[in-house]
Amino acid sequence: MSERLREKLNILADAAKYDVSCSSSGGNRKNDNKGLGDSHASGICHTYTEDGRCVSLLKILLTNHCIFDCAYCVSRKSNDIERAAFTVEEVVELTMNFYRRNYIEGLFLSSGIFKNADFTMERLLRVVKKLRLEERFNGYIHLKTIPGASEELIMEAGLYADRMSINLEMPTESGLKLLAPEKSHQQVIQPLNFVRNQIVQFKEERKLIKSTPKFVSAGQSTQMVIGATPETDQEIMQTADTFYRNFSLKRVYYSGYIPISNDSRLPMLGSQPPLIRENRLYQTDWLMRFYGFHVNELLNDANPHLDIDIDPKLSWALRNLQHFPVDINVAAYKVILRIPGIGVTSAKKIVQARKFGKLRIDQLKKIGVAYNRAKYFIQCADSPYQLKDYQGNQIKSFIQAESQSKYLKYDTSQLILF
Amino acid sequence: MYSYVFDGSFEGLLCAVFNWFERKPGLVKLQTAAAFQPDAFTPCLHIVNEREKADRVWKGLQAHLSKSSIRKFYCTYLSELDEGYTSLFEFACYLFTAGAEIEKNYGNPHVLALSQIAKKVEREKHRMEAFIRFQQNADGVYYCGIDPDFNVLPLIVKHFKDRYADQQWIIYDIKRDYGLFYDLEKVEEIQIDFKQQPGMKGISNPVLAEKESLYAVLWKDYFKSTNIQARKNTKLHVQHVPKRYWKYLTEKQADQD
Repeated sequence: MSERLREKLNILADAAKYDVSCSSSGGNRKNDNKGLGDSHASGICHTYTEDGRCVSLLKILLTNHCIFDCAYCVSRKSNDIERAAFTVEEVVELTMNFYRRNYIEGLFLSSGIFKNADFTMERLLRVVKKLRLEERFNGYIHLKTIPGASEELIMEAGLYADRMSINLEMPTESGLKLLAPEKSHQQVIQPLNFVRNQIVQFKEERKLIKSTPKFVSAGQSTQMVIGATPETDQEIMQTADTFYRNFSLKRVYYSGYIPISNDSRLPMLGSQPPLIRENRLYQTDWLMRFYGFHVNELLNDANPHLDIDIDPKLSWALRNLQHFPVDINVAAYKVILRIPGIGVTSAKKIVQARKFGKLRIDQLKKIGVAYNRAKYFIQCADSPYQLKDYQGNQIKSFIQAESQSKYLKYDTSQLILF
Repeated sequence: MYSYVFDGSFEGLLCAVFNWFERKPGLVKLQTAAAFQPDAFTPCLHIVNEREKADRVWKGLQAHLSKSSIRKFYCTYLSELDEGYTSLFEFACYLFTAGAEIEKNYGNPHVLALSQIAKKVEREKHRMEAFIRFQQNADGVYYCGIDPDFNVLPLIVKHFKDRYADQQWIIYDIKRDYGLFYDLEKVEEIQIDFKQQPGMKGISNPVLAEKESLYAVLWKDYFKSTNIQARKNTKLHVQHVPKRYWKYLTEKQADQD
């Protein structure tokens, strides 16, 4: 019995690992029925895999049987791999026992599509219902919305799940059509929109009737595979921006494509996953969400790709030197936030601390500003007087000479031939 | 210059602050009795703990500081660092001299130190919440032994009590020799005499429940299967899970089978 369970867990965890999302934040379910589990507002990463990704949820597929044949997916129909399926009881037992030992924050349940969308969604729903109602489990549950499932099922699932997500897969419609002719963005947009509207409606009702149940309290997220199809960074981030705005998503995940098939439409087996590019996209995502940048400032027709050798914030600053230097003793918080080398925490501290006197270089360093980077863009009480005006590329080479980037120091990207 | 020597307790620290305002001795170096080295040229004063004085200072702090600063103050105390005690003392003196608004003056070294040390303590607390791995023993109690860098047990009580409300558990600080026991109703402070129960020393629990090893194996399997080989990044892995925590982690223990 336990041998078969081990086998299943290996197969179905392995198949689920390409889903990047593992956050357990934003849940606000309280343990008020003396059951098991209580959410932690910022989420907890209980361990990290050897590739450095956080493990916070038990991330498994209910089954890897699938009726679709999407070229980028390991569980595609035409792929000759071992197939398995969990029973509802097995998933519940695993979740409860892992949670009791403080291994996990909750469950991330996804599934291949077997028979049809409704049949699959109904199975997923049975797992979460059993966890919530029979086992009194109050941990975090992230549930995949199955594209094409009926609104009644999604509606009911939303009452038990903390987060729901549905993957865009490819950043553009044309890319998706190329690799998964059976799928379209419209299939994703519809449920996203439905859940978004329900969240808004439940929130409104809660204002009037306090006992209104929670509905997907940690919001929705989505994921795009990058590097499988030839989109530019600009196209990717613009899609992300549209989805953030239209569907009030909590997160968009970017997953560097890991070669898993010999399909001629995809990068070859054994080619490196685009890890640096993925990192730069996440940095851009953060700049959009927390630093007040508009996507067009970072990526536009003149700069359709992010620099590989420097981060997008520095890259923006070097292209817009007219905004600098900024006097950090008088500038507005929003302006300070845009200085390379100063993050949200430091910017807040600066704004608080300068009320007590002009800030000096040594204080900035102690506060946590990356001064070697920021010094080209700021002025403070004891900044040395500077006669020379440096060009963007000079500043870039100074910074790169001093920094110890884990990535390439010099841009070796392919020149454009035509 | 004066040397103030206190016993390392929270009460002692607050009394030292009271004493400073009572006597106004000017520059003062605060030390714990354990770390105190007598010095031929500085007179020293041993702080006597008095409940009323400590209460007065504590009330004063609560009246002047925001909730988050009070938390920082307490966390810094739990760090048990000598420089932490000094900063707390200087911070309190600065606060009562200059007024409430200085809690945000991050240009001041002691205000900044408080926020930085508190951050370290909060990080350790968060790591304990993440890295504690319970093992169920034969009589059904979930046990875990820890030796955190800072004294974080008082900070994690609420988290574990809220979360594991339907199971009995013990979290034991091996270094400081005290622990928490939850009996389904309330959390109690306990001391285990390990000599009485040979073998039960340390992090893991030798008298395991029947199914314990099965779940440990399943968890290790899961940990391996969820890793993507093509993205291996050991540096990042160790950065997130520093090696000194590996002893707690079930998934990092060598396979026994």
